[in-house]
Amino acid sequence: MAYLKFNQNKIGDKEAQALIELCPFNAIERDEVGNLGPNSACKNCKICVKKGPVGCVEFIEEDESTIDKSEWRGITVFAEHDGNAINPVVFELLNKARELAAVINHPVYALWIGDKANGAEELLHYGADKVFTYLDPELKNFSVIPYTAIFEQFIDEIKPSSCLVGATNLGRSLGPRIAARLRTGMTADCTRLEMRENTDLVQIRPAFGGNIMAKILTQKTRPQFCTVREKIFNAMERTDEAQGEIVNMDVKKFPLGSKVNKVERKEKIANIADAEILVAIGRGLKKQDDIAKFQALADKLGGQLASSRALVEAGWMPATAQIGLSGKTVKPKLLITFGISGAVQFAAGMNNCERIVAVNTDEKAPIFDVAHVKIVADMYDILEHMMKELG
Amino acid sequence: MNILVCIKQVPASSDVNIDEETGTIIRDGVDSKMNPYDLYALELGLQLKEQYGGCVDVVSMGPPQANEVLEEAIAIGADKGSLLSDRAFAGADVLATSYTLAQGIESLGNYDLILCGKQTTDGDTAQVGAEIAEFLDFDHATNILNIDNVSDSGVSVQMNLGDVIYHQDMKFPCVLTIEKDINTPRLPSYKRKCQLDETKISMSSLADFKDQDKMHYGLNGSPTSVEKVFPPDKNTEQETFTGTPEEMAIKLVNEMKDLKLI
Repeated sequence: MAYLKFNQNKIGDKEAQALIELCPFNAIERDEVGNLGPNSACKNCKICVKKGPVGCVEFIEEDESTIDKSEWRGITVFAEHDGNAINPVVFELLNKARELAAVINHPVYALWIGDKANGAEELLHYGADKVFTYLDPELKNFSVIPYTAIFEQFIDEIKPSSCLVGATNLGRSLGPRIAARLRTGMTADCTRLEMRENTDLVQIRPAFGGNIMAKILTQKTRPQFCTVREKIFNAMERTDEAQGEIVNMDVKKFPLGSKVNKVERKEKIANIADAEILVAIGRGLKKQDDIAKFQALADKLGGQLASSRALVEAGWMPATAQIGLSGKTVKPKLLITFGISGAVQFAAGMNNCERIVAVNTDEKAPIFDVAHVKIVADMYDILEHMMKELG
Repeated sequence: MNILVCIKQVPASSDVNIDEETGTIIRDGVDSKMNPYDLYALELGLQLKEQYGGCVDVVSMGPPQANEVLEEAIAIGADKGSLLSDRAFAGADVLATSYTLAQGIESLGNYDLILCGKQTTDGDTAQVGAEIAEFLDFDHATNILNIDNVSDSGVSVQMNLGDVIYHQDMKFPCVLTIEKDINTPRLPSYKRKCQLDETKISMSSLADFKDQDKMHYGLNGSPTSVEKVFPPDKNTEQETFTGTPEEMAIKLVNEMKDLKLI
């Protein structure tokens, strides 16, 4: 049992006022009988404990953890594939899984669900010690009900300590579903992962909708689930020799889900995630017509035009052009941002660019915390002179 | 067809920072709004109701002031709203939030279709829809691009799976999370706002739920915990250009040439 204990006898009007003002989520209020406490807006950031008037609020944790963490072994990567190709995020996750597993001397597993195992052996060239395959004709197309049932069977049989899932649309549908079934934690869109010796996975991601990172732990349950976006981690080099083994598992009876009538391939369109040079525009843009000017620069550089969330929300730029936590993660050789302040959600989508040039009039803009080149100037002036210089 | 749309009140601005010396979170202003992604789910619900009849209700979990987003949803066109609010819900992570919503939804009645936005702008996790579905034991589909057909027993949907679109049949009851931009959300009606009937909004607490075990809610029902918050890393090797805009632009272009980027 864990809770915030508000010591009412120590909380006078002055203390109450201080606590109410301190809470960044406006989550502290008096109840009907006048007792101060947290409401459902509380995010358990514990600032009231750490920074509030001394002795007023305590964090009480009575540990009743009953799980034996040593019974859970292995770091599993969910091997998302479409029957033809393995999703590239899988190779990135396998590399990270190796690194995490080395800390605690655990094996690295891959979970393969499908109608056939064609391609699964490829995972043995990327660091998986064992690839567990669950095959059935009904598992040809992704469907969340049967896939969750199979994932659950795998967890029951293998008991992995952690499961890493790509933060693809499929992963973000399947991951939380299986985590909820097992009543365990799932941390979405981690940007950094570390391993503790007690097998607790340290999951780091932007949080609270602001310029803040949070370190999140799943200490009392297993397995620990997280999703990670493509291009956050690097894939390892393919080894020439395959190591490890493929283990074909018996599939227990599972429920069928919704019927898939058609799988339509989308037309390949220019994707900012594949661009080597990106020009990104943000709130500093004065009017929609000006987009063309920056598109011209992107064209001249042989790159693509992207944007921050502000312009997508305004309807000026398409959602497919958005960089950031709710858009795409990009990793070009060069990213030039114009008039983007660079909130952590944006930064989470571009932190790994090889070179970031930021142009902004506000020298205190957070974008300059991640940029390699800082240019404090009007975006339109820089654009004009760049175009002139490029001829 | 009876539809329930899950909505959330989020901060209107993302200007949240951390004080590096004290480690406290600084949130400028207290303005809040409805999660913009929820508007597409609400609009879809209203369009389905116009075509096929039934009702569109909204539900939200949050502090008492989250009533505002329920009022807004009713001004937009929803029939009625329910706020799930209780001190026992404080400190909930994704799992505990989803469980609370699922319990709340069960207590509200029988719905054929539960609609959610694809994610929120404050948490950005995109997980609550799928977890609600699991706790309700309903089928679910995420990133819905279109509803192609509606029958008595279910809906045919288009689900965006990245490189491919799945066309699939979903049986009622089910949970769908809705992609952004699939429709143009209508604005709140001034008339509906003025005529707002307070009785259209109800409040539920733990005492109204089937499962009243406090250990399943809020902090206690949350398997994840935030150990620490900290400011994002800063880039330490940074070059600051100086001079006139023209000089800086020329320097930038020359540097790009030197690095063989152009």
